[in-house]
Amino acid sequence: MNSLSIILIPALPLAVFVLNGLFGKVIGNKLAGILGTLCIAISFVLSLSIAYTFFAVSKDGAYPAQIPFKFDWLQFGKGINVQLGAIIDGISVMMLIVVTLISLMVHIFSLSYMHGEKRFATYYAFLGLFTFSMLLLVLSVNIFQMYMGWELVGVSSFLLIGFYYDKPSAVAAAKKAFIVTRFADMFFLVGILIVSSIGGSLDIPTLIQNLGQAGAIDHLHLGTTFIGWSSLSTGLLFIFIGGAGKSALFPLHIWLPDAMEGPTPVSALIHAATMVVAGVYLVARLFPIYLFSAPEILRIIAYAGAFTSLFAAIIACTQFDIKRVLAYSTMSQIGYMIFSLGLGGWNQNVHGYTASMFHLFTHAIFKALLFLSAGVVIHYVHSNDMRDMGALRKKMPFLNIVFLIACLAIAGIPPFAGFFSKEMILNTAWEANGFIFILGVLTAGLTAFYMFRLYLSIFWRDAINSEDKHNSHPHSSWLENLPLGILAIGAMMAGFIPFAKFINFDVHIDETSNFSVTAIAIAMAISGILLALFMYKSDSDRPRTMVSSLGSLYQIIYKKFYIDEVYLFFTKSIVFNSIAKPIQWIDKNIVDGFMQLTANFSLFLSRKIRGMQSGNLQYYMMFFMAGLLLLFILCISI
Amino acid sequence: MLNLIFLFPGLTLLLLCFFKRQEVVRWISLLGSILQLLFVLSLLSFYLQDVKLINASTTLYESSLPWFKTLNLNYHTGVDGIGLAMILLTAIISFTGVLASWNISLKPREFYFNLFLLSTGAYGFFIAQDLFTLFFFLEIAIIPKFLLISIWGSGKHIASANKLVLMLMAGSAMILVSMLGIYYNGSHCFDISVIAKNGLPVKVQQILFPLLFTGFGIFTAMFPFHTWVPDGHSSAPTAASMFLSGISMKMGAYGCLRVAMALMPQAAINQAWIFLTLALIGVLYAAFATVRQTDLKYINAYSSISHTSLVLIGILAMNATALNGAVMQMFSHGIMTALFFALIGMIYGRTHTRIVSEMSGLQKVLPFIGTAFIIAGLCSLGLPGLSGFPSEAKIFFGSYAADGHFIHLITIFSILSIVITAVYILRMSGSVIFGPLSNEFSPLKDGSWYEKYLIVILVGTIIFVGIYPTWISDLIQYGVNNIMLQIKDHSVAVVPHGILNI
Repeated sequence: MNSLSIILIPALPLAVFVLNGLFGKVIGNKLAGILGTLCIAISFVLSLSIAYTFFAVSKDGAYPAQIPFKFDWLQFGKGINVQLGAIIDGISVMMLIVVTLISLMVHIFSLSYMHGEKRFATYYAFLGLFTFSMLLLVLSVNIFQMYMGWELVGVSSFLLIGFYYDKPSAVAAAKKAFIVTRFADMFFLVGILIVSSIGGSLDIPTLIQNLGQAGAIDHLHLGTTFIGWSSLSTGLLFIFIGGAGKSALFPLHIWLPDAMEGPTPVSALIHAATMVVAGVYLVARLFPIYLFSAPEILRIIAYAGAFTSLFAAIIACTQFDIKRVLAYSTMSQIGYMIFSLGLGGWNQNVHGYTASMFHLFTHAIFKALLFLSAGVVIHYVHSNDMRDMGALRKKMPFLNIVFLIACLAIAGIPPFAGFFSKEMILNTAWEANGFIFILGVLTAGLTAFYMFRLYLSIFWRDAINSEDKHNSHPHSSWLENLPLGILAIGAMMAGFIPFAKFINFDVHIDETSNFSVTAIAIAMAISGILLALFMYKSDSDRPRTMVSSLGSLYQIIYKKFYIDEVYLFFTKSIVFNSIAKPIQWIDKNIVDGFMQLTANFSLFLSRKIRGMQSGNLQYYMMFFMAGLLLLFILCISI
Repeated sequence: MLNLIFLFPGLTLLLLCFFKRQEVVRWISLLGSILQLLFVLSLLSFYLQDVKLINASTTLYESSLPWFKTLNLNYHTGVDGIGLAMILLTAIISFTGVLASWNISLKPREFYFNLFLLSTGAYGFFIAQDLFTLFFFLEIAIIPKFLLISIWGSGKHIASANKLVLMLMAGSAMILVSMLGIYYNGSHCFDISVIAKNGLPVKVQQILFPLLFTGFGIFTAMFPFHTWVPDGHSSAPTAASMFLSGISMKMGAYGCLRVAMALMPQAAINQAWIFLTLALIGVLYAAFATVRQTDLKYINAYSSISHTSLVLIGILAMNATALNGAVMQMFSHGIMTALFFALIGMIYGRTHTRIVSEMSGLQKVLPFIGTAFIIAGLCSLGLPGLSGFPSEAKIFFGSYAADGHFIHLITIFSILSIVITAVYILRMSGSVIFGPLSNEFSPLKDGSWYEKYLIVILVGTIIFVGIYPTWISDLIQYGVNNIMLQIKDHSVAVVPHGILNI
């Protein structure tokens, strides 16, 4: 494997960041965009070539991981080294392709979409920074390197959500995203501390060797903590909480819907396809450790994922902002990937690993497609609200088709990409845990429903008033249509990749497919679509009757179960008013007050003493005599 | 050769006596500080070469002159890696401090004179190998602070200057008393290496260590002796704030490490839990207090308390990695906080306000300053690629590697600070730099040449250390090895004898 080309993959976007960031004004907007796109295109080609060479050589059907290079960056003591490097194995190669592909599509798309933006060069600089950080994370050979990439994607996301920084809502959303994920990152860091001190290394392959083998845990003689877990399990749970923050799992999801304040291509890249799946990737990267040393944590992961996927799908059915619907849908699909990994907690079932990675791959493609198409619609309608849209299929025939393909893919209709990965996940759930299987199937039905609610509201629902509102012709640019077309082809074809052959936990375990599970999944998806057709095909009173029949339940769902309000209460009333405010008061009045008191007391004392040195001879004489007397008494008494 | 470190500051101080006009004195000061920076850089490169030749971590370039023979007082100087890192920090901050006060119009000559006197004190402090010399330079650095704040300060500056000097003097008194205690109970000399080699009786250590650590702790703004910091920093002129929090607070931490910990390791081990608790309170308490502040300078002052308390945790963990991280954090925080105060000075010079809620959207008119402000903020909240990140990570990993559940808990709780830091940094930059621009600020002009140079140097240092932390961590390691040897040698071996005789 050529290590130069591996270095170049993240180095090129970094170079774009530096060049566009420092010399953006000199380079000019147009060239800055072209430079960024060209560099990421080279990265993409290099990733493809690495994938080709990696998957060309197999050993008994398995693809051994390779570490082309690593070097010391910083030492944290004996054995605890931070090494930066690259690990090339199935999942990292897959992620390389996903990240560079989606990033390239977004770069091309933005050339037209962000046209006329004043800070165009800065935008491309930030995109470069994000792509670099994401690639750094993906290639991590060291868990601390992963943490570094983790923080850097967080800050790129902050900068890009807040790209329109004169909009207060964008700044608020950026801050919220950063602080919520930062809160989770704190757990990640503590988890790294615990796990690395037990495993004796930060190096991921070494950690897996020490902790991720059958029976490895028995050699360590770890005591159990008060919950009944080993401290290793606690550490691994903390690491997962870090992942849950980035991947917007309940209850750390509140930042993701607000993050839609950023430019739409950014949402497609960061908040749909790549950064938000970092948590999934993290668990997958450490999967052997979870599997062999902390199956109870895997079960927690499974429940967290399954709950999030249903929870987000329910909310998605009620939202009107099309980007928010897509954001909740992303949450729901990430929940799918997460619970699929967590299914390993029952009987060490490893099919979920492949299924999860497969779903990550297909989801990245069709969700990016959905977001980019939504961006085109929003530009045309000048609104995010689906109630302002309707009957756009005649105006935008191409977009209609690609959007439909993406919706079919996410709904899980064969032969589109989502069907294959979803079916694989549900099959695994069927084997592992019935409860999670039921949650998964329900989510599948809801997904089909809300996606077609979205699709029909935008492109059908021949409303009366929206027709005359947008009589202008949508401008269509090949720079926007090209990425849409490529992604649409991907959404159609990606399911046919024999994914399990390339990425699997153990080659010797064959996958099983249960026909009845497949049938249930398809039936759920089709009934979801039919319900959506019944309600939203044309403008009717049906949605309203449905809402009124649900009553206050609908309000609770529409208000997203009031989770934001709970957080607001917690931060405002508890952190600000009950912690920070009293501390501020104590500091001013008690701590500083004590210092002031000391000073005032010495001042008082000095005033009293000053009286003694009055220059009055009689007084001096008196003190002198008194002192003599005292000495005299002392001498006698001794 | 090492004593040449006083050459350029001394010459500058001398020259400043003969000129009065602003245009002249500022160029003299700039030249002096540039030459000094170059000197320090060459000292650094010599040191790195020589230390590799010797292949051992000892103090280099030692020289000793008898100062007062009958009392066995010597002017004994020398440097190791830790001292050099601090000297480099001092040189960089002196240089940028001159740039930051380029437009000072009130008594410019006296202003620069005080600035150079302050840095001279700091250089002397960091090269001292003798307790008396160390104390002498520590005191030299106090008086200019008082003058700088009370003459050139703003707001309730007289009160702040009084408070600052009184509290620092109280700290000095504690240091002086414990120095005398060390003198009479040890080897009847002030030489640090001799005292360390002979060791001090444990009983003496038990009494003197808290006194000495608190004394230096006051300089470091250890809770609850931190209250001079917010008032002092906010009343001081820009360059003095940069010095105060960039160098002065580090002198305290250096004293804690070099004197208190290294000379009395046994007591340090026994009493670490008290000071670790205080330091942890300092980290979290100051961070929470920062969240409530509305004045930019107060925000940075409280945040400095939080960050330097982290240094104390690193020192008290008594683990080579944590010590290394603590010194790195001293360097990194020094640069970062100097940058912050300089930027706040620039913003204040334009908007004439430091209240966060009165400013908004400055990025639009001040892109250069705004970007630097964001970078400083990101460094403060520990973003990878900037200097704060490797330093804090080293402290966390080092102190977590130390033995005992107590220190583990302290470490885990101190990590909470990275979230609170993010909260206040984003609140501050979110409303000052981002947001809609109000009309009154639209005619503001971005940085002028000296401001841009200042920003480039400080931001460049932050990024350089952040991307390539190994160079400074290796440099510091030479000093840390030295201290770890001293601590290890005497942490068990000392036999208690007799009563404390002062």
